[in-house]
Amino acid sequence: MINLTINNQRISVEPGTTVLAAARKLNINIPTLCNHDDLCVAGNCRVCVVEQTGARTLVAACAMPCSEGMDIHTNTLKVRNARKHVIELLLSEHRSDCTKCYKNQNCELQSLANEFAFGDTIFLDLVEDHNYAIDRSSPSFLKDDSKCIRCQRCVRTCDELQYISAIAVANKGAHQKISSFHNKPMSHVVCTNCGQCVNRCPTGALVEKTYIDQVWDAIYDPDKHVVVQTAPAVRIALGEDLGYDPGERVTGKMVNALKQLGFNSVLDTDFTADLTIMEEGTELLVRLKKALVDGDKKISLPMFTSCSPGWIKFIEHKYPEYLPNLSTCKSPQQMFGALAKTFYAQKRNLDPSKVVSVSIMPCTAKKFEADRPEMRASGYKDVDYVLTTRELAVMIKQAGIDFRNLSEVKYDSIMGDSTGAGVIFGATGGVMEAALRTAYEIVTGREVPFKNLNITPVRGMDGVKEATVKIEGCTEDWKFLEGAELKVAIAHGLVNANKIMSRVKKGKANYHFIEIMACPGGCLGGGGQPIPTNAEIRKNRMKAIYSEDEHMVLRKSHQNPEVIAIYKDFLGKPNSKVSHELLHTHYVERDHF
Amino acid sequence: MEQKALTKVGLIFEKIDPQEVLQKAYKMTSNEIIQAMLDSGLKGRGGAGFPTGLKWKYTAAEKEPDKYIVCNADEGEPGTFKDREILEKVSVKVHGGMAIAGKAIGAKKGIVYLRGEYRYMLPQIMIELSAFHKMIHDIGFDFNIEYRMGSGAYICGEESALFESIEGKRGEPRNKPPYPTVSGVFGKPTSINNVETLVSAMMIINHDAQKFSQYGTKDSRGSKVFSVSGDTPTPGIFELELGMTVQQFVNEFGDGDTKAVQVGGASGFCVPRKKFAETIIGFEGVPTGGSMKLFNSSRSMYNVLHNYLDFFTEESCGQCTPCRVGCQQLLKGIEKVKKHEVKSTYLTELTKLADSMKIAAKCGLGQSVGNAFKSIVGNFREEIIY
Repeated sequence: MINLTINNQRISVEPGTTVLAAARKLNINIPTLCNHDDLCVAGNCRVCVVEQTGARTLVAACAMPCSEGMDIHTNTLKVRNARKHVIELLLSEHRSDCTKCYKNQNCELQSLANEFAFGDTIFLDLVEDHNYAIDRSSPSFLKDDSKCIRCQRCVRTCDELQYISAIAVANKGAHQKISSFHNKPMSHVVCTNCGQCVNRCPTGALVEKTYIDQVWDAIYDPDKHVVVQTAPAVRIALGEDLGYDPGERVTGKMVNALKQLGFNSVLDTDFTADLTIMEEGTELLVRLKKALVDGDKKISLPMFTSCSPGWIKFIEHKYPEYLPNLSTCKSPQQMFGALAKTFYAQKRNLDPSKVVSVSIMPCTAKKFEADRPEMRASGYKDVDYVLTTRELAVMIKQAGIDFRNLSEVKYDSIMGDSTGAGVIFGATGGVMEAALRTAYEIVTGREVPFKNLNITPVRGMDGVKEATVKIEGCTEDWKFLEGAELKVAIAHGLVNANKIMSRVKKGKANYHFIEIMACPGGCLGGGGQPIPTNAEIRKNRMKAIYSEDEHMVLRKSHQNPEVIAIYKDFLGKPNSKVSHELLHTHYVERDHF
Repeated sequence: MEQKALTKVGLIFEKIDPQEVLQKAYKMTSNEIIQAMLDSGLKGRGGAGFPTGLKWKYTAAEKEPDKYIVCNADEGEPGTFKDREILEKVSVKVHGGMAIAGKAIGAKKGIVYLRGEYRYMLPQIMIELSAFHKMIHDIGFDFNIEYRMGSGAYICGEESALFESIEGKRGEPRNKPPYPTVSGVFGKPTSINNVETLVSAMMIINHDAQKFSQYGTKDSRGSKVFSVSGDTPTPGIFELELGMTVQQFVNEFGDGDTKAVQVGGASGFCVPRKKFAETIIGFEGVPTGGSMKLFNSSRSMYNVLHNYLDFFTEESCGQCTPCRVGCQQLLKGIEKVKKHEVKSTYLTELTKLADSMKIAAKCGLGQSVGNAFKSIVGNFREEIIY
């Protein structure tokens, strides 16, 4: 152990502990900006400088490891002056149009300014010296360099968590900036629109592209019937933006709020998550049969899940030779969209051209997905507007709804029923677990052999998870699978996806089915979720997801009564012709750069 | 304070038999070489002045078997051109110094990081290097040197940014600790030394520690190569004993009308005429990596400062706030003061900013911007305002 003192308080810490971490243990607050718990140390904003007795300069608390006998002071005059200067400098290069900014009151620079830089402005405005333009090219987010304070959280996120590096540091000195490849528009580079950078940007330099006003316009248009779907991971995180602690489930209140906002019908993406399991599970079993029994060499295995649009764009750019391995199933959002303007409109006697379909997603890539040209199976744009969890919170605040005191309300029908299997789509491993619960039962006629249906090997926050399920006691139709060991793998965060993909590419992985989610923790850690995010918050959200599952009466997708009904009334059976037209899609190869 | 007269010395460019020196070094133990360096009092010649013997001692103590000796030949400080001369005339001594350092710290690999603008030297150096490799391998050294080219960024002269650049990354300084002696290039223990330091090391082995330490003062042992430029009738490279005053220097090199000397380049200090006599050139006074720029009364010190700040605004790597934004503020600030668009008292705010940059910037670049700023504004305030 290493002994040191901080503000005259003694503390012993493990070797390698930073001064910042040691101070936190003593409940001494040292302000930070470029530091983020999910990312490597940068030490470049210098907001966290502290005084080390005997040192020539101040030291960055986030980057300085504790050493024996160290004597640290976090609040000396020297520290305060330097810190104030650093914050004033950042403000001088930051376009401070705070009252108009989307991040107003949710901006880390603003909070620091509030504490350290009130009063007269010391330094000259530098924003006017640069020729800034907002990059609005991505359907998912905006990049406004005039608000960028070069903390490089986004750069580290894109590199360390997502293995993409769509953005990197370019130029030096006064011209240093966070740039895309060749400074091209974000829509024209290898960016998956995952929004993890947006989720970690401390200012308004990276924000989602909002469609709040368009949604309000639709709601107030008497000619329009506006349906809204809510993704599984929204209900366990929305509360964070409305004063709740991470991990509190607010499903019923959220449904009520959506009704009060004026949506004509409040429906559940979990319904199409269940539908996805029917389609994707069947697809997997068919692929296995063709490959194992028919010896069809054209069948691509392992099969990859296709729910995560960030992952889809990643594989389209980076491993296009594996596109045939992707399940052809659309994501639950897009299945919902296609059905909203066909099945739903028919059932409700609505003119599909008058139906506006809105989705609430934990995700920014969903905005891109909804814009894909393939996503017009209904003859219209299947999903008109995608809002993030954060945007929904903004709408609830705009409407003046007293969220905490709302009663809990159930989803509308049709397309509002769900099972626990649909809910767990929101956590890494959830799609896999839901698929296994159903596929195992289709093949054997019995429940998957795990206590309470909880397939724990596929759960948890490990970056790459593997499991093997031995299939025994098959029914007559599936005898060819008797005794087979179904090998599955799960990855979340694209850096982990890349690990799996490079193993698959080297022929070192003999999986049958792989679930990949672009974001850390799966959708619960999506780029559209409340800010901030860190491992602890994601863990709490994950607990909430599984608790939501446990509270459901039905926990297997094939038990969803509305799913059973839609196959009877409309789709026929899984992977039918109608299914293929509406619920399945194809992918495109994209450039490496 | 101890001071010396201006004395010209001829150690660095002295003619020697490199094979003989290296044979001598080969027979010495690691400890003996390090001790010789410690005894000589040699401090790094790049400007920061870290004792060379200590640097080698720390690196030698690391257990990791893969170690590097890196020669910093990214001579980028405005007004220095000594390493160019050394590499053109006595590259064998640079390579020899690296082999000796390699022996001392237990490194088998040496890398010379050569300033991009010096690429023209490479064909000649490669011929010399190949002969050098043959010579040291014949002696018995297990040591090889390769060259890596810089691309013109000033920041890549900062040791950890230099490592990043060698590794093929963007040249940005790292957080320290860990220091290079523990984790340098490719994460391995590394001793990084200036071109001239390595030549001095070679000469210390050639003669002995005492021959070197007889020159200079207690804090600044030995002689040093100076790059003399500006308003002088005799610009060029001069090896001088350390410890002289600026006055003695000006007497030798000035044009009779010297009003200030910038010691140590853009990151160094400006010494005004009234302080010439009391200022010693060396680590006890104003240290320098070799750059000595003389200004006569025809020069505007506003222009001098503007030029330096413009340089730093351009050459800051941009990663840390105090340096990236601070440089822009200092530059824009003096422009506004000059144009009377802000009050002259704004210089006081800027001086406070320079103080903050000195203690809050991440690396030596940002920390030293305040040197030129404060010494010029402090001594020539009226020239900045009017």
